[in-house]
Amino acid sequence: MVRSIIDVPDLTPAELDALMDTAEDIIARPDDYADACRRKKLATLFFEPSTRTRLSFEAAMYELGGNVLSVTGAGTSSAAKGESVADTAKTVSCYADIIAMRHPKEGAALVAARSASVPVINAGDGGHCHPTQTLADLLTIRREKGRLGNLTVGLCGDLKFGRTVHSLINAMSRYEGLKFVLISPEELKVPSYVKNEALKKKAIPYTQTTDLMDVIGELDILYMTRVQRERFFNEEDYLRLRDSYILTPEKLKKAREDLCVMHPLPRVNEISVAVDEDPRACYFKQVLNGKYMRMALILMLLGLKAGGDRV
Amino acid sequence: MNVDSIQNGIVIDHIAAGNAMKLYRLLGLDGLDVPVAMITNVVSGKLGRKDIIKIDADIPVDINVIGYVDPGATVNIIRNGELAEKKRIDLPETLVNVLKCKNPRCISTCEQELDQVFRLSDRVRREYRCVWCEAKAEL
Repeated sequence: MVRSIIDVPDLTPAELDALMDTAEDIIARPDDYADACRRKKLATLFFEPSTRTRLSFEAAMYELGGNVLSVTGAGTSSAAKGESVADTAKTVSCYADIIAMRHPKEGAALVAARSASVPVINAGDGGHCHPTQTLADLLTIRREKGRLGNLTVGLCGDLKFGRTVHSLINAMSRYEGLKFVLISPEELKVPSYVKNEALKKKAIPYTQTTDLMDVIGELDILYMTRVQRERFFNEEDYLRLRDSYILTPEKLKKAREDLCVMHPLPRVNEISVAVDEDPRACYFKQVLNGKYMRMALILMLLGLKAGGDRV
Repeated sequence: MNVDSIQNGIVIDHIAAGNAMKLYRLLGLDGLDVPVAMITNVVSGKLGRKDIIKIDADIPVDINVIGYVDPGATVNIIRNGELAEKKRIDLPETLVNVLKCKNPRCISTCEQELDQVFRLSDRVRREYRCVWCEAKAEL
């Protein structure tokens, strides 16, 4: 079976560091990578709505000199005829050198990876994993803070269904000197299995609170998340919890000068637009960093490096 | 209460009281065309109370299912009225097509002919998770 990336733990800490180093090198010397994936094709199979992730993958492949085959929406593909994920993966493997797939069903990317004969990158499987968002988050933290350890990381909003939060906790739990502050309504707390596996087993200190303002002053990172309508079966619950935390310039007055405010985007209303002008707002840098990390990941999985040479 | 001893078959003994029905269901014994006796709440020196299942036929049973439901149970294989083999049970690392994932968002709810696979995630808590979506197993 070829190497695929379904979740962040599929990458060793050394591989994560190497990916971030490659991304930094791409940022510094983009021309050296302009033809790295010449004559290679990326298939983007998006069976669930997405703007930034799909465009990010496609931009990443184009900037590496490769080409893109695209499927968007289950309604326009063979999935609408009832084709299985496994068969889709086998079929697309005949056309493309690498696949990036988003699917509303949890575990779909793993099913695809077990059937595909080319690498599969999980671009989000329901509320389960979204590893490339985590790669973007890690590069952003490393670039903004200069390190991935010795930080107090606040995670705020929907910590129950927010897959990016679970992935980030898992990924960051590998680094030393971290403290997590988990800020959410009671109904949207981090699931116990995530806390058990990533925090308790590794004796990483964490606190849980419902009040952002109580803790904002002690944070190095504030990772905001959207309360996701699509994860709720019940519209009433969604509406009640949607406005739980809204970050404003007023609230940021209590925060550190070097705080890094992050968000996986899209936002609904949880960060006021006025915060965008604050130098501590890093969420659009995350978007850009995501493209560089996806470039680095595509190169790694295709076994290529700058200039298109094989590793 | 008397239940005839069996000549060729399987006796699942030392089942914690209350677990026999779960085993009966998960082993698919209700679909067998052979005599099966389920004895519940028997006095036991070791357990206080225990359940026993006797299957009067030498058929294959999934040891992993027994291990999942009750790792303290024992399996005795009877041949010609004698104890031919005694099997120790342990928590299985993997369960294939024993449980169904209850997560409605799991790919296993809709993917054609996809095995239902659960992996032991916490031995102390006897916790299993779906390999596809990582949802916790529920009986």
